[in-house]
Amino acid sequence: MNAPAIRFEKVSRYFGDVKAVDHADLEIGDGEFFSMLGPSGSGKTTCLRMIAGFDRPTSGHIYLYGQEVSDLPPYERDVNTVFQDYALFPHMTIENNIAYGLMVKGISKAERMKQVDDMLDLVRLPGFGYRKPSQLSGGQRQRVALARALINHPKVLLLDEPLGALDLKLRQQMQVELKAIQKRVGITFIFVTHDQEEALTMSDRIAVFNEGKIIQVGTPAEIYERPASPFVAGFVGTSNLVSGEVAKRITGSEQTFSVRPEKIHLTSISEAPAGDMISMDGTVRDVVYLGLFTRYLVEVEGGTDLVVVEQNLKTTSMDVLSAKGQKVRLSWHKDHISRLGV
Amino acid sequence: MLARVSTYFYRHPLLVLFLLLGPPLIYMVVVYLGALFSLLFNSFYRIDDFTGLIIREFTLLTYVQIFNPANREIFFRTAAMAGVVTLVSALIAFPLAYYIAKFASPRYKTWFLIGVTIPLWSSYLVRVYAWKLILAKEGILSWFINLLSLDGALEWLLSIESIGGSSLALSPIGMFIVFVYIWLPYMIIPIQTALERVPGSLLEASSDLGARPLQTFRTVILPLSFPGVVAGSIFTFSLTLGDFIIPLVLGNSKFFVGQAVYSYQGTGGNIPLAAAMTMWPVVIMVIYLLAARKFGAFDAL
Repeated sequence: MNAPAIRFEKVSRYFGDVKAVDHADLEIGDGEFFSMLGPSGSGKTTCLRMIAGFDRPTSGHIYLYGQEVSDLPPYERDVNTVFQDYALFPHMTIENNIAYGLMVKGISKAERMKQVDDMLDLVRLPGFGYRKPSQLSGGQRQRVALARALINHPKVLLLDEPLGALDLKLRQQMQVELKAIQKRVGITFIFVTHDQEEALTMSDRIAVFNEGKIIQVGTPAEIYERPASPFVAGFVGTSNLVSGEVAKRITGSEQTFSVRPEKIHLTSISEAPAGDMISMDGTVRDVVYLGLFTRYLVEVEGGTDLVVVEQNLKTTSMDVLSAKGQKVRLSWHKDHISRLGV
Repeated sequence: MLARVSTYFYRHPLLVLFLLLGPPLIYMVVVYLGALFSLLFNSFYRIDDFTGLIIREFTLLTYVQIFNPANREIFFRTAAMAGVVTLVSALIAFPLAYYIAKFASPRYKTWFLIGVTIPLWSSYLVRVYAWKLILAKEGILSWFINLLSLDGALEWLLSIESIGGSSLALSPIGMFIVFVYIWLPYMIIPIQTALERVPGSLLEASSDLGARPLQTFRTVILPLSFPGVVAGSIFTFSLTLGDFIIPLVLGNSKFFVGQAVYSYQGTGGNIPLAAAMTMWPVVIMVIYLLAARKFGAFDAL
């Protein structure tokens, strides 16, 4: 049986009184594209730095393919990092930046240059070897940083919000490219981000972090469709949280549940719901026309506001805006309810 | 009224520039460059050996004179001292600057920087004389060396021709110690500034890519902070080159350039020779500065 690429065993990292990471248990499989998602200060970057070796756990153990690495310095770990600010060496050419890992290992210059050319091809920057980092754009530096980390053929590649500094278009392009490169090299990627959309698009699995704890680990669909806590439901996508009396009327228990806005159908009050559908009546309080979608804010009986998103398949802005103030019936399939722990 | 004055200034930006830059510029040209040029002119005069009067005619005789063996020895001795002081200052300053820039917490950093600069608050003369007492035969250093029963080693050191002397307080070794002490802050601060500007992520990246600490030092830290070392060396080298107090207080009969200039223009009354000898460190420093500029040393000042 193969050991997981990375295993955390009750890993904690305290900075004074601050619990940056608190008793984290985690397993990341071989060849996975794994994302660590969470707001800033949630501990995801600290976890990454502990895998890289820049930080050491206060307690607990980290295993890399079964071997404990908790106390190994960074230069003795088969792990490489793409830094948030790229951290390219400003006094070296692109070529020497990429070849750095081979250079410090004492590999011959001819062999180094051959591999550098392969890497420049991989990140689609052929012919850029003689330039300096300052002569490159943000997106190009990003690719160089990736090539420099991949040339060592690490067992695990760590990416610390590498797309944060790029503009939206370039970011989306790099997301696709990163994913393609990962498929090609077959290395385990661990990707730190605070952008839930990025995590959902790229990852095989996601760990959601909050306040130093791992709240939920799962595939993008599991995280989105079955959020385990109000925090996950709110952080990943938009969610309607229903609790108290209103919840009791629907599920028979006061426990909070969530339902995604796009799962709710909005119909006229006269339409009868199908058998396995849950329905509630309410009044449209606000309508926002967004072109592709319309977002409705509906106040249901009992006082809770629910957000509903409907695609504008047939309707126009005239139609949807006139819905304001009207009585409507909301219905959704009972499978789309996620009961949340606390 | 005031509004009209400011409107007038707004319409005449050149006048504002002149008012701002004029006084310091006049000061620089008249006092600073003027003195330097009068020095240059004087170095082309010569002294009449018989009457001791200065003959104000253009001549290169004085320059021929400064290349006589005695003066050549003075230059060589001074340059060697300046070189060794610079090298040792850099070796001592680098680890300290590195610690201050990269490891010390903000609070300790402040204390370290205060500690480095605090000697500059007191008079240079006072500190030199204090060191004369420390280094004296009956001084605290001798007492300490005695305590460690190393006086044999000290005696051997002092017996070495050309760097020794009758005691530490009257020897090139003593001068060297005091030079390093006096100029060290001027080496630490530029190096620390340069290191401060090397992002921590570069060091992490280097180690992440497999470089051991020594490799990281050689391939990343040193190249990126070298301009700071050059900037610091400009201070230590030029200040040692021109200093005359320390050789006067702690030296023996063998002159240094500053000391020679001091005695030629004073007791010797030979202003042209003193001026010509001053031009020598000026020329060396100009060459040094041009070379330093190539290294980008002035970016770190």
